[in-house]
Amino acid sequence: MKKTVLYDAHVALGAKMAPFGGYEMPIQYSGILAEHKTAREAAVIFDTCHMGEFSVSGANAVSDLETVLSCPVAALKTGQCRYGFLCNEKGGVVDDQIVYRMAEKEFFMVVNAATEPADFEWVRRHLSAGTRIENLSAQTAKLDLQGPGSAKIMQKLMATPIDGMKYYTWAKNRYKNTEVLVSRTGYTGEIGFEIYCSNDLGRAFWNDSLNLGALPAGLGARDTLRLEMGYPLYGHELDDCTNAAESNFSRAINAGKKFIGSGVILDPARTRRLLVGIQLHDRRSARHGDAVLDENGMAAGTVTSGSFSPSLGYAIAFGYVSLQTSAVGNHVRIRTDRQELAGTIVELPFYKKATGRMDLKKFL
Amino acid sequence: MPTPTDRKYSKTHEWVKIEGTNATVGITGHAQEALGDITFVELPKVGADVKKSAACCVIESVKAASDINAPVSGKVSEVNESLGTAPESVNSDPYGAGWIFKLSNVNLSDAAGLMDAQAYDAFVESE
Repeated sequence: MKKTVLYDAHVALGAKMAPFGGYEMPIQYSGILAEHKTAREAAVIFDTCHMGEFSVSGANAVSDLETVLSCPVAALKTGQCRYGFLCNEKGGVVDDQIVYRMAEKEFFMVVNAATEPADFEWVRRHLSAGTRIENLSAQTAKLDLQGPGSAKIMQKLMATPIDGMKYYTWAKNRYKNTEVLVSRTGYTGEIGFEIYCSNDLGRAFWNDSLNLGALPAGLGARDTLRLEMGYPLYGHELDDCTNAAESNFSRAINAGKKFIGSGVILDPARTRRLLVGIQLHDRRSARHGDAVLDENGMAAGTVTSGSFSPSLGYAIAFGYVSLQTSAVGNHVRIRTDRQELAGTIVELPFYKKATGRMDLKKFL
Repeated sequence: MPTPTDRKYSKTHEWVKIEGTNATVGITGHAQEALGDITFVELPKVGADVKKSAACCVIESVKAASDINAPVSGKVSEVNESLGTAPESVNSDPYGAGWIFKLSNVNLSDAAGLMDAQAYDAFVESE
């Protein structure tokens, strides 16, 4: 089992540790509910050093990545980031990622930990001869500072003003007299940042953030926060057998271009079920693998993620259901190990008060 | 959180406080710590008969659902309705406000196989 550069810090803080993506990772420190609430109301910091980072550059980098990624690439301006999928020929999802346009012919990709080695091979294999790819994962620390209070902490630590940063953009900044990469992105839905730097600076940034009031948060809260926002988790909502179109994340898919898997993904006849959000009627939670039944009690699909929603006070779930069941407002039942739960298909996100897209200046 | 010495403990981490032929049941400090934040408690029905070591209700945390086993046999005489809106009392006060149900007609011989506080602490340590 691998460890991130912050492993000792997590243990010293008394975190509950568990394996995730090949790493021994913190699940919680003070508690999932407290960490979740703090992310929505103040500031938390996550160790995301386990995630993978690649650099892709060359004269054909744009056209190569346009083929490898489901999202628009050429349309990205330098300074912008974009969420998209790496798909296989069957339209399944090899991984989900964020691509950063660093320069005219240079890109930075951020991928999941468990899939990183396979992603690297996959992308490398699909690049043309002159396009360079470098795996920066081992030398790159990544930390997520998230929450409405994160902007003030970030500004205190960075040399250059961050007030002009728009949602889903990146900028170079200076931390301890060293250049670092900061993007206004994250997995919580709140105002927040992801910082990429050396492993030594990563340790320092973790400590500085805690000293400035950020609460350490683990993968438990990260999961409940992303679920409330309707964000997918690779291995749950997305996998290499599931048609990317069925995930319903149309903003990750450019329907106007050809890319690996687009023949399946862009063919409406190949979409046979859809990922939907299900609001449960009380606090009892559905779990990954539970059956979804339609109003007549007939099998209609499967739950991919489920949890009590700390912000909303009831349980929520993601599930793939048949097209005829997928309309918002439809009532469903979920069969768990122990009972059947009543639910309703609702619009995403579940949680609608997140600050992530608001004007950053209001939080500085 | 110290383990109270006025009650008995099961290997499945429930506590039972027996008074005459009545008993109060909850989960231990160690159990709530291991489960994490409790989000839901399915209470047993008042009047139901529960059997020693058999699952009689369910407790859910953010991450998982777990059975609660009856540490002794008896008839459910009262349930902690306040857990419906405040299941977090099981975390904050597992031996007090976080009690789960009460039993009458308790079979006193059932208590024989249960641990005292010292034995339970040693059991948790060894697990």
